[in-house]
Amino acid sequence: MEFFTEFPEMERGALRDLKKTIDQNFREFSREYGENIENFFDPLLWFLAWLQDLLVAAPWPLVILVIAGLAWLGSRSVKVVVGTILSFLAIGYFGMWEDTMATLAIISVATTVCIALGIPLGILMARSDRAQALVTPVLDVMQTIPAFVYLIPVVMLLGIGKVPGLIAVCIYAIPPIVRLTNLGIRLVEKEALEAADAFGANYSQRLLGVQLPLALPNIFAGVNQTIMMALSMVVIASMIGVAGLGVPVLRSISNQYLALGLMNGLAIVALAIIFDRVSQQYGERLQKHRKGINHD
Amino acid sequence: MTDIKIRIENLYKIFGPKPKSVLAAVQDGMSKTELLEKHNHVLGLKDINIDIPARGISVIMGLSGSGKSTLIRHINRLIEPTAGKLLVDDDDVLSMSKSELIQFRRHKASMVFQKFGLHVHRTVAENVAYGLVVQGTAMNEAKSQSHKWLERVGLAGFENHYPSQLSGGMQQRVGLARALATDAEILLMDEAFSALDPLIRTDMQDVLLDLQEELHKTIVFITHDLDEALRIGDTIAILRDGAVIQQGEPQQIIMHPEDDYIFDFIKDINRGRVIKIGTLMAAPNNNVGPDIDRNMVLEDALQQVASSPTQECNVVDSVGTRIGSISLTQIVAGLARPDVEATPDARYR
Repeated sequence: MEFFTEFPEMERGALRDLKKTIDQNFREFSREYGENIENFFDPLLWFLAWLQDLLVAAPWPLVILVIAGLAWLGSRSVKVVVGTILSFLAIGYFGMWEDTMATLAIISVATTVCIALGIPLGILMARSDRAQALVTPVLDVMQTIPAFVYLIPVVMLLGIGKVPGLIAVCIYAIPPIVRLTNLGIRLVEKEALEAADAFGANYSQRLLGVQLPLALPNIFAGVNQTIMMALSMVVIASMIGVAGLGVPVLRSISNQYLALGLMNGLAIVALAIIFDRVSQQYGERLQKHRKGINHD
Repeated sequence: MTDIKIRIENLYKIFGPKPKSVLAAVQDGMSKTELLEKHNHVLGLKDINIDIPARGISVIMGLSGSGKSTLIRHINRLIEPTAGKLLVDDDDVLSMSKSELIQFRRHKASMVFQKFGLHVHRTVAENVAYGLVVQGTAMNEAKSQSHKWLERVGLAGFENHYPSQLSGGMQQRVGLARALATDAEILLMDEAFSALDPLIRTDMQDVLLDLQEELHKTIVFITHDLDEALRIGDTIAILRDGAVIQQGEPQQIIMHPEDDYIFDFIKDINRGRVIKIGTLMAAPNNNVGPDIDRNMVLEDALQQVASSPTQECNVVDSVGTRIGSISLTQIVAGLARPDVEATPDARYR
């Protein structure tokens, strides 16, 4: 009867030893290779630090002007541009300028990294069913595993700082762009591809001339999602030493500063909305063939 | 007589996980149903032998599921056969390497699709230039060619439209212009006009026939529509369950259907508008009636023959030489729909 009431657990000592061995091995691994891995990420760290310093050091009216200009290039909408300018003025007025610049820097770098890695990975997945079968569960894990859990090995390996923060953000934010690139390419009409084949298109002509342009709406939805998810990681990233709007939020949690938390939280929301509107409308504008009178 | 452009020999296509393993059984005559039940493979094409003459329109006709679209995709190897030979200008298409095949598709054979297969993100002009751009033609040249072909299919002025802004018939004109622009000798048309409504379809057939008069391409045309096949085909091959059951000139197929399946196919056609005098004529007998052209259809000849004193006419060829004679009785016999109840002999003559 005891077999049914008590779960037949692994023997306690053995379990402890197992965990110990894993920890031990990982610690040894990080002692051995930690520095190499850190060096590998040096260029990224340098770029992130450079961008952040640039944004903070530049005169604020110039930064707003450049951001408003980018918003205009992306959205071609006066409403979005005016909203952007007002949001940044308010952010500066309430004393969150530097934190916002730091967040802007890490989001930009994280998004760039995610796009640079995610789109090729999505293309690979679309090309081979085996790659898709292999990558999909990994993406599932990345999206669902609590961020704190993968922060442990990242921090053990790289310590506390910008790079581990960036990696944590990327792990969380990259799945949508990979998934939607894959999906977008797989959803490309068979007829359009067959026509490309029949006219003798080679692999890159197929990919660049037909698959990617036709998958663009989905890829853009992926970019948009990736940016949103990166922004939502700002607070958690601040726990391992990433500067930005997450730091005051974290401080206000531990000290119960309602106003501070709310203001910085709203600044994150403002950034999210601006990024979302601009990237969405840019994506739509790339699809000019979808406009106009449509037959059938 | 005419030279052969595409030669298809003993071509088999079996769909399924291990087609090679059941090939021998199929070659020994296993039926489609048996293959599906016993081995879970689908028989696509069975022992196809077709010679496609150069510079003519060869129609391959069959109902859906007969394998016609599968067959046409073998010619540019969009589908790989399970066994058989396929020669174009005596070059073995099936032994071509990947890059040779790409060159073949770029320069030798172009294709028009049932659902048009246009690229919705390209303008009409860019779609027409697509084959040229893929070939690596310079942009200026591709542009001027694209303009030229759009003009030829009657779409000048639509260069900067997107396909979604055009009607079905116009979209297929773009598809046709795209296929013609690469200057390939072979034009593969997979149910190219089947998605269009009847009036537009006749329109497009005229466009094709007009162009063909001048371009003399080798056209392989797939259709399920007998009227279309009779209208444009120089030769017709009829496909059923993946096998060719009859091939020949349209007149020959109407007059001598090889089995009940084909007979069912042709029994509803308007014979008066399809059968030509030349098909029915007897030996020349220099009667008193007028001369009529051998290519005149029965309906048009009827009045002249009926009003001739002896109810006979002389049949002449294109240069006016008398090559035969035709009588009213022969025309009426030709017009009569073969009776299903009749004996096979009476039915086929």
